Amino acid sequence: MGSRNRIALLVLALLVGLAPWLCSSWYYKLTQAGIYALICIGLSLLLGYAGQISLGHAAFYAIGAYSSAILTAKAGWSPWLAIWVGVALSMIVALAVGLPSLRLHGHYLAMATLAFGEIVSVIAKAWVDMTGGPSGFGDIPRWSAFGFRLRAYGTDREAFYFVWGIVLIGLIVALNLIHSRVGRALRSIHDGEQAANVLGVPTDAYKVKVLVLSSVYASIAGSVYAHWSGYISPSPFDVEHSILFIIMVIAGGMRSVWGAVVGACVMGLMPDLLAELEKWRFVIYGLILLTIMMFVPQGILLGTRDLVQWLFGKLKREADGNGVAGTQ
Amino acid sequence: MGQETETYVLAQLFLSGIAFGSIYAMAGIGFNIIYNATGIINLAQGEFVMLGGMLMVWANQSLALPVWAAVVVSVAMVAGIGILFERAAVRPLRNPTVLVLIIITIAGSFLMRGAALLLWGDRVYSVGSFLGEQPVQIFGAMITRQHVLIFGTLLVVAAALAAFFSYTLTGKAMRACSFNRTAARLVGINAHTMVMMSFAMSAAIGALAGAVIVPVTGIQYDDGALLGLKGFCASVLGGLGNNPAAVVAGILLGILESLTSYVSSAYKDAMSLGILLVVLFIRPSGLFGKASLSRLSEF
Repeated sequence: MGSRNRIALLVLALLVGLAPWLCSSWYYKLTQAGIYALICIGLSLLLGYAGQISLGHAAFYAIGAYSSAILTAKAGWSPWLAIWVGVALSMIVALAVGLPSLRLHGHYLAMATLAFGEIVSVIAKAWVDMTGGPSGFGDIPRWSAFGFRLRAYGTDREAFYFVWGIVLIGLIVALNLIHSRVGRALRSIHDGEQAANVLGVPTDAYKVKVLVLSSVYASIAGSVYAHWSGYISPSPFDVEHSILFIIMVIAGGMRSVWGAVVGACVMGLMPDLLAELEKWRFVIYGLILLTIMMFVPQGILLGTRDLVQWLFGKLKREADGNGVAGTQ
Repeated sequence: MGQETETYVLAQLFLSGIAFGSIYAMAGIGFNIIYNATGIINLAQGEFVMLGGMLMVWANQSLALPVWAAVVVSVAMVAGIGILFERAAVRPLRNPTVLVLIIITIAGSFLMRGAALLLWGDRVYSVGSFLGEQPVQIFGAMITRQHVLIFGTLLVVAAALAAFFSYTLTGKAMRACSFNRTAARLVGINAHTMVMMSFAMSAAIGALAGAVIVPVTGIQYDDGALLGLKGFCASVLGGLGNNPAAVVAGILLGILESLTSYVSSAYKDAMSLGILLVVLFIRPSGLFGKASLSRLSEF
């Protein structure tokens, strides 16, 4: 996966490990950000590498969350089993929505996923017997692994480590994928699909596979969310959140999975800072999207890098210029 | 007796379905016009409908204009917003990819929805029926005059558009642009103006739909998303880019949705979106479209 990515992974692991000294008062928010990061890693594979957009990713998040919640709270299953039911369902749905896109391009997947996201949202509200309807239901059992328990209240630090542990695993999987034959094929779709096709890369098949993989990320994030919050209702799974995930990926920078993590953390922590400005959220999200698409299409992460490089270059040129002037 | 009441209920649902379908058809026509001119699926289309309703109520209540004048003011303002949107967000993009266009139009829709939330809050606004509250009786079913007016509005819009595109020079120029933009420019048609006009027209038609629906359902800042998606449904069901087909498809969709609500009102919205998915999967060229995949590959 490249030495730079290894170093970045180590730094992230170190940051997570040092969290009790760095940001212990933000555990709750950072856990939520970690769940978003997991979705965004999958989504950035789809957006940044396969060049496809899903406007219904909150639906896969919902499938994971409701599968885990219903099977553990109502049927008494173990969380370890329930999560795979969610993953399997998400994969089937992603295949069903993605396969027809083998034939068509452009807006097709976007509109299909948007409609699908809206349908899942309607079902979550209307199927009261199963989902608890608009008010949802609670008492979802805890999920524990290696002594770390996942539950929002009382065990903040354990939940934080639990979630960020999964994020690290998700990152390793994604980075390995990107730096493989599949990753290069994906990049070729984004850079020039026709050229890739001519060279014998089955681009359509890759697109569907990436959609399925990214749905798995979202579904696992949903399961984690359900056990963490202990209570679910339809509102975190509506289309507005699907768009929010896209904003996170784009804000961080869609050409890198690291951008997805940065975007999820920045946007995940922002609502806290903007709590007073609840009414402004649509305007702010819209402005962020417009600004980034028009002026910083590479996103915050790479944008900062480019800015720093440009500043250093300028300083260096000025220093050189002075040096030249001095010798004359 | 029970049998008879049931028939009346069904007739009533059928007629109100036609009215709702007319709204979807008008929103769908809005998608078509911009799609034909630019190849863009404008995800902010639903917000034009919402703004049309909101601004009509605002002009009627805050400016104390009579309802007809309020509709005119609202349609004109939303057309202006459409032009502004095209100039500020769409035109500056050079050779945008589909991905960029989707994101930009989403950004536009969020800005419009956000502005509506800031200006009017999350209240549901409404006004009385334009033609008075006296209901009309058709086939034994009672419906409001507003329902009739909505259907009438659709017919007028559809007829006016058909005339515009076939008999006026501007209309023909717009069609020429949608067939082949380069060729149209070579014969002296200003493609930029045509794209701008398409945004203005599609915004205006959306706004008109939004204004006439207010007395029936009321209007709220976040109504745009679903109205837009159902308009898209009508547009795809008819065959993207085909206005007369969108009229038939929209009404069909409205009736189906209305009859679904007879069984279960909760799943009413899922119905039309389910139809959208099925059409996209099985017959993406629409009910009336020829299966010309070359055109569709752009969509």
